Amino acid sequence: MIVTPPRLSHTKKKMVLHRCGVTVALLVLISLSVIVVASRQESTLNNGRHDFQEELVISPLQSGDIYASFQFRTLWEADFFGGNKVSHYRLFPKSLGQVISKFSVRELHISLTQGYWRTMQWGQPYQPSPPGAELWVWFQDSVTDVDGTWSELTNVLSGIFCASLNFDSINSIQPSASFKPLGIGNVTDHRFLRYATLPRETVCTENLTPWKKLLPCGSKAGLAVLLKSEKLFHSSFHSQAVHIRPVCQDAQCATTSWELRQTLNVVFDLYVSGQGKREWSLFKMFSRTLTEACPLASSSKIYVDVSDNSEGEDFVLSPATPLLRQAVVLGDRRTFSVYDLTQKSTFGTTSSLNLLIRWKSSDAHMLRPLLHAERYVAGYRLQSGEIHTLMYNNHPYRSFPVLLLDLVPWYLRLYIHTLSVTSKGKTNRPSYIHYEPSKDRVKPHTLEMLVQLPPNSVTEVTVHFDRILLKWTEYPPDPNHGFYVGSSVVSSLVPSIVAMDTNATHECPLFNSFFPSKEETSYFVRLYTEPLLVNLPTPDFSMPYNVICLTCTVVAVGYGSLFNLLTRNFQIGEPRPGVAKRIANVIRKMRGVPPL
Amino acid sequence: MATAEVERRRARLATMSIAAVVILVGIPLWWRTTTTYRAWLPVTQIQELAKLQLLLSADVEVVFARGTLTPEQQKKITVTHTQDEDHDINGETSLTYRYETRYRTATIMEEDALSQPSAVATDLSLHTLSESPCGSLVVYVIPESSSLLPQDVDVYVGQRRTALLRVAAETKAAKTLDQVLAAVEPRVKEVLQVMSFSHHDITAALGDRVRLSPGSPQRKADSMRSFKSSPGYEITFSLLNPDPKWHRLHWDIEGAVRTYVQPLLSKLSPVANFSVDSQMLHYTMLGVNAQFDASHDAYTLSVESLAHVINPVEARLGSNAASSNALLNFLLYVPDPQHSPLRILDHQKRQVASNAFHSPRWGGIMVYNVNGFYEANGEAVDVNINMAEVMGVFLAQLRLLLGVHPSAPRAGFLVAPPGSSGLSDWELDRLMWSRSVENVATATTTITSLAQLLDQIDNIVINDNIAQQVSSAIASLQLATAELESGNLAFALQYSKEAILASERAFFDPSLLHLLYFPNDQKFAIYIPLFVPICVPLVLALLQIMSEVHQRRRDKQAKKD
Repeated sequence: MIVTPPRLSHTKKKMVLHRCGVTVALLVLISLSVIVVASRQESTLNNGRHDFQEELVISPLQSGDIYASFQFRTLWEADFFGGNKVSHYRLFPKSLGQVISKFSVRELHISLTQGYWRTMQWGQPYQPSPPGAELWVWFQDSVTDVDGTWSELTNVLSGIFCASLNFDSINSIQPSASFKPLGIGNVTDHRFLRYATLPRETVCTENLTPWKKLLPCGSKAGLAVLLKSEKLFHSSFHSQAVHIRPVCQDAQCATTSWELRQTLNVVFDLYVSGQGKREWSLFKMFSRTLTEACPLASSSKIYVDVSDNSEGEDFVLSPATPLLRQAVVLGDRRTFSVYDLTQKSTFGTTSSLNLLIRWKSSDAHMLRPLLHAERYVAGYRLQSGEIHTLMYNNHPYRSFPVLLLDLVPWYLRLYIHTLSVTSKGKTNRPSYIHYEPSKDRVKPHTLEMLVQLPPNSVTEVTVHFDRILLKWTEYPPDPNHGFYVGSSVVSSLVPSIVAMDTNATHECPLFNSFFPSKEETSYFVRLYTEPLLVNLPTPDFSMPYNVICLTCTVVAVGYGSLFNLLTRNFQIGEPRPGVAKRIANVIRKMRGVPPL
Repeated sequence: MATAEVERRRARLATMSIAAVVILVGIPLWWRTTTTYRAWLPVTQIQELAKLQLLLSADVEVVFARGTLTPEQQKKITVTHTQDEDHDINGETSLTYRYETRYRTATIMEEDALSQPSAVATDLSLHTLSESPCGSLVVYVIPESSSLLPQDVDVYVGQRRTALLRVAAETKAAKTLDQVLAAVEPRVKEVLQVMSFSHHDITAALGDRVRLSPGSPQRKADSMRSFKSSPGYEITFSLLNPDPKWHRLHWDIEGAVRTYVQPLLSKLSPVANFSVDSQMLHYTMLGVNAQFDASHDAYTLSVESLAHVINPVEARLGSNAASSNALLNFLLYVPDPQHSPLRILDHQKRQVASNAFHSPRWGGIMVYNVNGFYEANGEAVDVNINMAEVMGVFLAQLRLLLGVHPSAPRAGFLVAPPGSSGLSDWELDRLMWSRSVENVATATTTITSLAQLLDQIDNIVINDNIAQQVSSAIASLQLATAELESGNLAFALQYSKEAILASERAFFDPSLLHLLYFPNDQKFAIYIPLFVPICVPLVLALLQIMSEVHQRRRDKQAKKD
């Protein structure tokens, strides 16, 4: 498999760490005094067992939009696997801790997203997520009834995050290769994995409030004061996520700890929020400025991506900072201006920090991401259709393999013999296919395949399906809106220039240490395609009553005539005399003559 | 003429046979296909449950030490005495308390134990001699001359299930054994009131079933304080830090739970399951702005404002997502230097010594002031919290909230302080008595109201699993009452818990919600198009036949005349 569990061999890990150290030492231009102060701060705050870090990355996107990515990381040294009951919480939120221990969760990843990440305009996000809700969980191998635990867990998570995650075995699958554990641990038996999405879920304030409550400082101090819902939801893209995984405490991995990462990614439309001016500030984006770091955080930093602005030709960043840091993000070497909120000097004389970027030029050029995917439904009429998935490899000379995962609900009946994969007009035979057919009302289709994408090509995956007429109670409210089919997941190791390191050390920024990668010449990318909206044949819902009335009428007519035939008395009647005869008889009666 | 008559007869026959088909086939078919499945419920047994007659029986052993009886009296001593005490609570609930008292003289080893220098040592050595089962009591009658008890104390209630009773002069005067027993008996009863079930506790436990007259406000408050019986309790200790800029708080909650709370909980484990959590919450304020009170030189919270403290805090506490057990909260609030020291005032505007209060059926809050620690430069300081002080307060609140009431001290009684576990054996017994009765009462109410509900609404489907739960609840209830009668307290509590679980499962079964609302107008909207066209001609034809028959009979009558 190309996605490997991140347990590296010892030598390799050391080497990677070493490399990271070297790059940092070579490339980071930091004044020495700041470093000394920062490290002392860390040692006093971090008592070894609990640690909290917060971070905000601001990247001006090529399209002119602004991408802000918050990350809050809580580390907690605790051993859940040993079986002893852990119940004393300090920085780690109690509600999530109870969930982990009660349901024997090894890893939990939940994201709630409003809007669709436009890879073509915005490039790669630091944490990809599909529209709507996505949840994937690795259970510990001590769990016997995984399905039961999964449905209980989703109920509890719905309660915690105020979302309606009604996941059970009907809409969840067990991908065999696409979702490998991101933390330590050697369980890769996908029986203990559950994955489900809910593309229709809308995300709003009621989901943000419980998410903020999980932070040690709440929204009272630190970077979280910026998270005001009226601004966050007035954006092109909003995604909040919670990732829990076990990680190594140190390089030797002698002790393990739980890592809770809360991430929030938001893309602001510059022209809407800036009234046509290409200029933004923290206050314009969030209607707040920063005054302090969260006192509980051992590190609290803001990074601004200034790579495209090395000579200051594109925009001006104020206040200027002497701290620059280079890091390899998504296969690209980026330069960031760093603002350390734990330093008083960062806030200047006004004791508040309001970052401001003013653009000089206004020309935006589109970038072509190396890997890009899209999907649509083809076909007409309400009987059958075709799902087309297009995957673009824009690399000029290298081909690389991608893993494509499709979760298709049972009410689209896939015909796997019609599956065709073509690139550059030729059939491209997948090297690995994992297909689990659906069972009506029991489980969905799982289609997973490993496809090699030739350089500079478009690979098209098509599959036919039939639309099913559901039972009338199975239609959701407003069935004419259509039925959602969740995003396809494209996971790949994309060739890159620089290696990435998986194990977050204190020298490396958080945002580029999320996905593990082993091959040093490539970096991990996960892409989500658009969700599909498919129309199913939808009956007129007053129909049952109409049918009852019509059938009853037919039955009544048939029965009535039968009943009439059977019960009527038939007698031979005298034919009635004609009109002339009757008139004649009347006249004869008047005359006293006997009638005719 | 003849053919017309034949025709008419045939028509009549056809009508009759169609009517017969409709009645014999159509109606049963319709009935069968539209009927809701209702499993059989043991209705008579449920109706029996509506009348609750509980008999609580406690074994009491009264042991006479040397020097309390004359040798003649000692020879006759092996007497057993059963005494019943009936109480009618209301028309449908009655209680009987049965004390089965056995009298005997002390054995040699017991005499040795009674000759120990202090009451505490005696209590311990008597316990090592023989362990009395749950719910039973041993009262040792010691002579007046004994030096075990201080001068003004007549009764010593031990940590376990024993009491020492010093007889007064009246037994000396008594000649026969019966007179001695008669003299001892009221004293023994007093002891029982303290150490075993009291009428007040038991009627309070029946509160779910019987609406009692409120009585005094103090009594009402007492009865509302403790949690309802629940199969499990989740205890959460929360440390509230309104501003971590000023102080970093450290509390050794693991150690404190291990040392102070866990012994009590393991002692209480027969009553319910307990789990203990703790958390630290930052930036959590109380809901009330404390006012500075110069007379106390502190910020103060008056009794009236305490009611408003909890709600804003509760939003941060987090509900217990992973279980549905009752939740007990204990909050430790460390005010920030701007609002410190913070004192809680009682009704008389005096400072409460513990600086803590509790809220009935919710938990407790304690304010912990850390004034002395702050430094002038405004740097955050590290504060270690004295857990012994905090846990002393929280344990006292926990005992109250769990329903371990301190009974009113009686004159001449010396109650031994509970040992390291924080709970005496007899206090546990009292709690188990009232919990068993409460469980039985709650389970009977649940089952009877479920039966009533199912009886009233015909559309509810009763599945087999519900019937099964109801039957098992009833079986457990019967077992529980039987065990209460025979005085096996531990088993009675166990069965009563099973009964309550089964009854709740039956009552809250989701399948009972299906088809709850199937209104009649919709039913008729579907039936009318089917039934009216079929039934109207049939009924009319039948009416015509009847009128013909009637006509013919009248004709015949006329002919006869």
